[in-house]
This record gives sequence, structure tokens and C-alpha cells, in this order.
Amino acid sequence: MDFGVIKEYLPLYEKAFLLTIKIGWIGILLSLVLGILVAFILFYRIPVLKLIAGAYIELFRNTPLLVQLFFLYFGLPKIGLSISAEWCGALGLGLLGGSYMAEGFRSGLEAIPVSQTESAYSLGMSKGQMFRKVILPQAFSLSIPAIVANVIFLLKETSVFSAISLMDLMFTAKDLIGLYYNTTECLFLLVLFYILMLLPVSIAGSVVEKKARYRMFGV
Amino acid sequence: MSEIVSVKNLCKRYDELTVLDNISFSVQKGEVVVIVGPSGCGKSTLLRCLNGLEEIQDGRIFLDGEKIETNRNKTNGLCERMGMVFQSYDLFPHKTILQNLTLAPIIVKKRKRKEVEEEALALLERVGLSSKKDSYPRQLSGGQKQRVAIVRALIMHPEVLLLDEITAALDPEMVREVLDVVLNLAREGRTMLIVTHEMQFARAVADRMLFLEGGKIVEEGEPEEFFEHPKTERLRQFLQTFTYIKE
Amino acid sequence: MGFEVLFKGNNFIRLLGGLGLSLKISLLSVIISIVLGILVGLLMTAKNSYVKLLLRTYLEIVRIMPQMVLLFLVYFGVARAMGVHLSAEVSAVIVFSFWGTAEMADLVRGALTGIPAIQYESSRALGLTMVQTYRYVILPQIVRRMIPLSINLITRMIKTTSLVMMIGIVEVLKVGQQIIEANRKASPNAAFGVFATVLLLYFLACWPISCLARYLEKKWEN
Repeated sequence: MDFGVIKEYLPLYEKAFLLTIKIGWIGILLSLVLGILVAFILFYRIPVLKLIAGAYIELFRNTPLLVQLFFLYFGLPKIGLSISAEWCGALGLGLLGGSYMAEGFRSGLEAIPVSQTESAYSLGMSKGQMFRKVILPQAFSLSIPAIVANVIFLLKETSVFSAISLMDLMFTAKDLIGLYYNTTECLFLLVLFYILMLLPVSIAGSVVEKKARYRMFGV
Repeated sequence: MSEIVSVKNLCKRYDELTVLDNISFSVQKGEVVVIVGPSGCGKSTLLRCLNGLEEIQDGRIFLDGEKIETNRNKTNGLCERMGMVFQSYDLFPHKTILQNLTLAPIIVKKRKRKEVEEEALALLERVGLSSKKDSYPRQLSGGQKQRVAIVRALIMHPEVLLLDEITAALDPEMVREVLDVVLNLAREGRTMLIVTHEMQFARAVADRMLFLEGGKIVEEGEPEEFFEHPKTERLRQFLQTFTYIKE
Repeated sequence: MGFEVLFKGNNFIRLLGGLGLSLKISLLSVIISIVLGILVGLLMTAKNSYVKLLLRTYLEIVRIMPQMVLLFLVYFGVARAMGVHLSAEVSAVIVFSFWGTAEMADLVRGALTGIPAIQYESSRALGLTMVQTYRYVILPQIVRRMIPLSINLITRMIKTTSLVMMIGIVEVLKVGQQIIEANRKASPNAAFGVFATVLLLYFLACWPISCLARYLEKKWEN
């Protein structure tokens, strides 16, 4: 391995890394918001909306992100909807992630016994209070393992962004390999930066999971 | 004594199944009414109707002369003047014992935190659990949780306390500690409506007994009469299954 | 909207051919993953701490490394490091099996350790032999837990194979791109129709399998 080459490439990878985590985390935020929304629609069986929500989940859980991105980025402009590559990436990730987060939140909501709602009501809480103080915190704790798994999954999925010509880590690696054939150094940096992106999240995720489990179940 | 709860011609149906069939009774202020009956007779449903947890098909429920709206979406604040304790305690698992007690007074009644906490601690002291104030529900035994649940209902200053089989999920050795708390409340003159299977306890605590079967009140009376000289054959048979009446 | 291009010549057949290739790679990888996954899963219940450490490292690598990166490592890296040239298809099968085996092994481990000890004890108490205990009590429970999850692995595998276009395999998405290129003049809007169709094709391949998995999961839920 040639460290001179690595030093030379480092700034390029750094730039790509920052772009990847920026778009990645915007997408993850979108997916959380969307997921919570869709989970409530499904949990409370809101008419009409629940059908749309169900179709959305099935569609996005059963197709690859790469194809979704192609459709968003290359397909939609043909019917007059142009979105920048960066927003396409974030939006695609958010839509994909939303369908997974929704399932996670919903099973969290379903795991709370009905009697929790009832005792909140019999203490005189309003629907909104019951929701904020009793249901949401519990649903969130119960969904933590699913959320952690989804966040890691989504961060990994960012590796397809290069397909819509975003200059992310994969793009940079492929580009440099094609240009200068420094394969070993390029792949080393690629792996290094993905470890940098995901290992802290993986470790933090385990800690958060343990805390949430202790909070709910004491083990 | 004045009438505080009054139920008139209450009917509750699930589709075809009639659970409560034209029930009428009333409770006086300071009175302890105990409802017994075989499983599925509708006694728990009756308490849940009073607390607005079930929609009713017919009849009216009055609290202190005011009609209770039993449609949850337009509750008129009367239901919360009755406190309810459930069989499964249902403490909030994500909150400490103290937080379980102070949550509703602070957010529902908008009382000051400090004042509520003082009251909560005093009440915990009375049920012998002040050392547990910072514990989480999972760290408590069933009997301790149920005592906290009673306190959680009390701190809302309910005019009537509804207790729904509060010892049914407990190990036998924990039943006593919970029932003692209830007996003390009765001595203080609390108005209570109690559903239970503990006949000894029922007899000790009740001012008046109701026997419910098939969604109807079959018999009611003073505990002495009720247990020693049941008027109906059905109550006699029911009490026999508890070997309360010696052959 | 660009759908007309699909009815020109054998375009639609070519698209299906591309999907066929993706499905072939997925199926092959799933079969390898299930076989190896069961073996590794059994190994994971072993007490030896070196084996445990090794396997946990393996699982963590798979947990945090995007399949795309693994694909690059094998396709570009192995050729470089060992001087062997692996075809894109072979690289894909290697990577997806590497990933699938880890997923499968974790499922097997979960299913095995998830059976409460009381099940073994009560079987013993009823006088069942070791073999009978496994044959009639333990294995049926494991199979019921495993099958829906393994079926889910198939849909995930199919979705993941879409990545192989990035190392130059001409699968459904790549065929789609070629069709769009070739008809640039005649159907300028082909991108919408073709990519929508590819999306739908993937959906039609995965959705029935997801439904089956969900149905079995419900059916066998205790």
C-alpha cells in the first residue's frame, strides 16, 4: 500500500464522506417523521388514509432503493417533476426508510396493553395528554431495536447514491480506480470511511437498546 | 346520607350479546357497595361503564345529580371524579412510582408539582411504600404495585372509588396487604364500589352487597342477611361454591 | 409517458430476461446462504470463545458493511490481491452468500436459543429420548420460527441483486437503461415508463413472497 497515494486521496474521500452522511441523515430524519405518521394512520385505522399507507409500505418494502432512485431521478423529470440529485437521494432514502420505520413503530404501539390507555382515561387525561405522556414514550422505547436496525440499514443503503451521480464514497472509489488503478488504496479508504460512518452508530445503537430495554422491562 | 351515584335502567350490549340488562341502583355518600357474581356476569363491565370506558346502549348514570356522558369523545369531566383501580394495576412502566402518582394531578388538574409531590409522599407513607418513590414499577411486587395504583387513584381526589377485582392477579400472600389498605379507606368513610371474589373481605368491608348474574341484579342486601340468609336460590348456590354456606 | 417503447420489438422480453438473471443470482445465493447459515448458526451456539469471537466479528462486518462495498472489495479487490479474475456474476454470488449466511446464521442462533429450557425438561419428564425430543418437540418449533424469516431473506436477496448492475452485470435495470438509450430519439420520455415498469417488476417478484412469509408467520404464531 502506498501511503503517499492515500494521503493524496484523503481529501476527496473526506468530501464524499461528508456528503454521504449529510444526505443519509436527512433521509433518516425524513423516514422517522414519515414512519411515525404512517404508523398512527395504520394503528388508528383512519379510513382511506390507511389504504394509501398500506399500499405505500408494500410498494417501498418490496422494491430496491436503487430502482426507486432511478425512477425518482430519471423517470419523474419526464413528467415534469425534476428534483436535484441530493434531494432525490434524501427523499428516496426517506421514503424507503419510512416504510420500515412505520412497521417498527406500529408494532411498538401494538405492544402497549389497552389497559394503559384505559387507566390514563380513568385518571381524567385527555386524548392528547394520554398520547404524549403515556403512549408515545412507551411506543418509542419498544420500537428502539427496530429504529436502530433501520438506521444502520439506511446508512448502508446510502452506498447506491452514486447511481444518480452523487459524488459519494462509492462514486469516488469507482472513479479513482477507473482513472489511476490504485485499487488497494482506494478500497482501503472506502472500507475505512464506511467503518467510520457505521461502527459508532452500531455501538451507540447497542447501548441505547440496552437502556431502553432496561427502562421497559428491567433486564 | 345523600345519594352520590345513581344508575337508571343501564343496558350494555355487544352486538347480540346483552351484558347488562336494565340495571338500576344507587350508592349513598360514604357507602361501600360490593358487587359479586359468577365470571362473565357483567360486574366488571358495570364498573367500566360507570367510568366511561364502555359506551352504553341505554339508560343513564348520574354522579351527584349530574348526568355522565359515557361517550368518551364528549366526556364532561365527571368520569374523572370517579377513580378506578384495575386488576392488572397498569402503572406506567416508563415512570417512577412518584411520577406515576404526580402525572395526572399535574397535567389534568394543573396543580403545582411541589404540592402534589408532598401529597404523594404522604399517601405513599400511609400505604408503607415511601421508600419506593424512586423505583420503577417493575421493581415492585404485585401487592406493592396494586397499593401504588390505589394511591394513584386517590390522589385525584375522586368522590367515588371503583375497584375492579384488584386482588385477582395477586399471589395469595399479597392479597392481605392490599385489602388492608381498602379496609382503612372504608373506615375513613370513602365511597367505594368494589368488584371482588374475596368473600371474607366483601363481608368485612361492605355496607351493602349486590349479586349480579346474567347481567341483572338478582339480589341485594346488608352483608349479614346476604351471606347468612340468601333469599334467592341462585345466590345460595353461588355462595356454596365458595363454601361460604355450610350444608 | 414512455410506456410504448416496451412494446417495440422484443424490448419487454429482454427486460424479463434481465429480471430472470437477477432472480437466478438471488436463488443461488439464497440456497448457499441457507445451507451455510444453518451450519454457522449451530457453530454460534458453541461454547468455545475463539469460535464465538470469530463469528461475532463476522456478523459485525456484515452488519455494518454495505453489500455494495463488499461487492467492490470482491470484484475489484480480489482480482488485484490474488491475481485471479472473478467474473461479476461469481463475485455477486460470493458476496450475497457471505451476507446471507450471516443473516441466516443469526436467525438459526436466535431460534435455537429462543426455545425455553423447560421444553427440553418436560420432554425428558415425559420419557422422550433425546432423538424424540428433537424430532417431535424442538425441531418443529424451530422450523416454524425459521421458515417465515428465511422466506423474507429471499425477498431481501432479490432486492439486493439490483446492486450488481454497478459492477457491470446486465440485469433488468441495465437492460432498461439500454432500451432508454436506444430509443432516445423516438421515445424521449422512455425513462419514466421503463423505470416504472422495472419498479413494478421487482414489486411483482417480491410482494407475493412477502405475503407468503407474513401468512406463515401469522399462522404459526403460537
